[in-house]
Amino acid sequence: MKAYFLFALKRLLQLFAVCFAGISAAFFISHLSPISPVDSIIGRVSGRSTYSPEAIRALRATMTELFGLDVPLWQQYLNFWGRFVTGDLGPSLLAFPTPALRLVMIALPWTFGLLTATIIINWLIGNILGGLAGYYQNNRFLKAFGIVAIGLQPIPHYIVAFLMVILFGFLWPILPISGGFAMNVRVAWTPEFVLSVLHYALLPALSLVLVGIGTWFLGMRALVSNIVTEDYVTYAELAGVKRPTILFAYVIRNAMIPQLTSLAMTLGLIFSGTIIIEQVFSYPGLGTLLVRAVNEGDTTVVLAVSSIAIIAVATAIFIIDLLHPIFDPRVRVE
Amino acid sequence: MADILTVQGLKAYYLMNYYGISREVRAVDDITMTVKHNEIYGIAGESSSGKTSFIKVLAAAIRPPLEVVAGSAVYDFGGQQVDPTTASPDVLKQIRWKHLSYIMQGSMSVLNPVRRIEKSFVDFAMEPLGLSGKAFWNRVRDHLAHLKLSPNVLRAYPHELSGGMRQRVTIGLATVCHPEFIIADEPTTALDVVVQKDVLALLRNIQQEIKSSVVFVTHDMAVHANIADRVGIIYAGRLVEEARTRDLFMSPRHPYTGHLVASLPRIGDTRQRPALEGRPPNLAEPPPGCRFHPRCPLAIDRCRSEVPPLVTVAEEHRAACWRSDEVRPVLDADLPRNRAEVS
Amino acid sequence: MFSVFRDLLRYNVEFLIGVVLVGFITIFACLSFFAPMEPAMVYVVPPDQPPSWQFWFGTNSRGQDMFWQLTDAFWNSLTFGLTVAVISRIISIVIGMMAGYLGGIFDRVFMFFADIFVAIPIFPILILFYFVLRSDLNSFNLALVMACFGWPYDARLIRTVALGLRHREFTRQAVFAGMSPVKIMFEEHLPYVMPIIFSTAMANMIWSIGLEVTLAVLGFTNITIPTVGTTLFWANNHSALIVGIWWWILIPVVLLVMMFIGLFLLAVSMNEYIDPRSRLRRMGA
Repeated sequence: MKAYFLFALKRLLQLFAVCFAGISAAFFISHLSPISPVDSIIGRVSGRSTYSPEAIRALRATMTELFGLDVPLWQQYLNFWGRFVTGDLGPSLLAFPTPALRLVMIALPWTFGLLTATIIINWLIGNILGGLAGYYQNNRFLKAFGIVAIGLQPIPHYIVAFLMVILFGFLWPILPISGGFAMNVRVAWTPEFVLSVLHYALLPALSLVLVGIGTWFLGMRALVSNIVTEDYVTYAELAGVKRPTILFAYVIRNAMIPQLTSLAMTLGLIFSGTIIIEQVFSYPGLGTLLVRAVNEGDTTVVLAVSSIAIIAVATAIFIIDLLHPIFDPRVRVE
Repeated sequence: MADILTVQGLKAYYLMNYYGISREVRAVDDITMTVKHNEIYGIAGESSSGKTSFIKVLAAAIRPPLEVVAGSAVYDFGGQQVDPTTASPDVLKQIRWKHLSYIMQGSMSVLNPVRRIEKSFVDFAMEPLGLSGKAFWNRVRDHLAHLKLSPNVLRAYPHELSGGMRQRVTIGLATVCHPEFIIADEPTTALDVVVQKDVLALLRNIQQEIKSSVVFVTHDMAVHANIADRVGIIYAGRLVEEARTRDLFMSPRHPYTGHLVASLPRIGDTRQRPALEGRPPNLAEPPPGCRFHPRCPLAIDRCRSEVPPLVTVAEEHRAACWRSDEVRPVLDADLPRNRAEVS
Repeated sequence: MFSVFRDLLRYNVEFLIGVVLVGFITIFACLSFFAPMEPAMVYVVPPDQPPSWQFWFGTNSRGQDMFWQLTDAFWNSLTFGLTVAVISRIISIVIGMMAGYLGGIFDRVFMFFADIFVAIPIFPILILFYFVLRSDLNSFNLALVMACFGWPYDARLIRTVALGLRHREFTRQAVFAGMSPVKIMFEEHLPYVMPIIFSTAMANMIWSIGLEVTLAVLGFTNITIPTVGTTLFWANNHSALIVGIWWWILIPVVLLVMMFIGLFLLAVSMNEYIDPRSRLRRMGA
């Protein structure tokens, strides 16, 4: 138990390091921008109506102070962290003066729900089918699935989402292709709302499943076709152990372990794919918010979304790492 | 006494084709032998001599690219005749572990690394034993006690046990159902010498207790001297000599056996052992005639062209050599007279 | 090396299909040097012409001949992917081999950084770079940034191999013979790592070109540089599908998918070839 505690502590340290490095990188990249956020606001404000030069100068001074841009970069960096730990990520420029964090928090559940559901579906179904395909190598259905998976797996998210829109939006319009829920439904915990959310999530989720499931299927199939040659599988077969037991408790159970590691390794990539899918389906999640913020030059929101994304992905990896010793009794927790 | 296993002219080849290289490896080439009830039959030979392939056939673990090309191997389990080369999967499933069990080489990797030992016992033994619940666990615990293992090992994972413990657990797994026939493939090779002795004694005790027949495979002649009743020597896919252990060690009738026996270390003997020249033949292109002739000090022209048959040269003693009369016994004393003396 | 290639071609169908697909796209991309007009130029041909004998892939709403425009787009995308692959390979070789060979504190520090890089989601970072650099974000800068994120996983693989090589007899001999560590790493160990480098390079190209397409479709790259992604961006921008100019989207998508499947099959078949188990079977052990 003590060993496990130390192991968890080490992982926690790593979690903090990842968050710190990632958010710092995000801060410096966004603050090296030649376009000052103040200029971009003033540009937008003065574009709509005419102001006197004095009024603009006053506005600039206020804004510069508000964004804390009147001090050197390193001071800004320290101030940023000082505010960050209290949960203050600054006001959004786009929806001034709404805090950027609130916009992120509104979008986060959508992305979180979509992503969690599809990752679990992909991982479980992909691994089980892949395991079966590796074990029953002559099964026709599984062979066909393998070929489809090889064809689907390298196609970028965007193109799959786009094909879905063409297919179910134009050629055979049976599913909603835009938004998170129907316009005429009130946001509340009613069955009507939940059903609408699920209905609208179908196409984005389907796209994510189509793109993602093949990776797990192919990875698992390759792993299993190696594991079936392991001594403990041969031995169990020689002992006449029941097929289902061999398949699940011996073969798939052992192949799950590297697949779990691989899940942690690819979470960042999966998250990137979700952003583009959200954009295609105008899904009200982090991705759509991020794209809109970039297009509108909303520095604080861009920085906030990036930071929260980094924290979310790192935390998910942390949780998977903590689960690892439970799945693999051999993991040396030193 | 009746024979439990009768092997007749067995041929098993590896038929392979990878990246354009197709080859036929004659791993088991025309082997005829029998195993009696309640005996330990030792099989010796160098690595890649075909001994592992031979017992794969006996254990009904024949998988491509290994294929049985000719011959038969018939078990007699109390009147039920089973040939692992032709039996249906259902029949094989019925005899596995109940009548025929297997101890595998390499104790490191034969147990599922993510499964507790108790689960392995359930997987392997529950169905053949036909017991459940308390009766089953009592049987398992009793059996473990015979093997000097505490019941605590049941709760352990394989990686938590030492090599010797793991091998004892595998022996326990293989013998808990009291099978009539046990195939042991290098069960002691990966263990250090002290543990090896322990495990051998254990295996012999269990064998005597449950009255089963054992085919014991190892390249280590000293182990054979310790445990086997009879020993068969395999060279390049063929059985070249077979005799009662004592006869084989005292008066080998095949030059290869002579060499194996001579290379054994003996107390007080500090002479250097002559190494056998050359390498074991490539089974994809075995030499014509006697396969041992390129390395044989006694080889004559006849050995290069004609295959010597395995003929009876003395009571219960067969050898396949044209000049078997001229093979000189290499050793004289201090070998165990019979296995009772060793224990 | 050549015999390996020949064996793979002859006996591995996946490799053969991969070579054919990638070869086809490469030849297609090379045709851009023979383009009769500057491919980036607009309004040089009548717009919105469907595929015909005169315009094989049709023309788009910006008055470009899609055939020649796409040859250039694929040339740029391929060189982009190759640039990322080469740079990130160099980083992963240097770090992976050093971590594996030197071990100890080097190993721990490098792998700690590798773990951090794996955990940071790259897409928001890339968007930040676009956000800052805007149209200064040319293909090379983008390739450089992506290469900085494309190395950690492969460096880990290479490290594992190098770790195994360190304890081999020939390494010890080289050390006793007074060979410098750099020489040992690059003359003795590199050949063992090469197969991994080739197969991961293919996977890396799929990853980088895919990300470039995604970024470009959103308009987050320099959209004046013709690439597969920017082609799709302009098609969306002109609502090509709604207007019914399907060839503007369908043809690049089909070609892109062909290229990805080709690269993927190459990576998979090479992986199978370097897998020690299949190697053993080939030697007939």
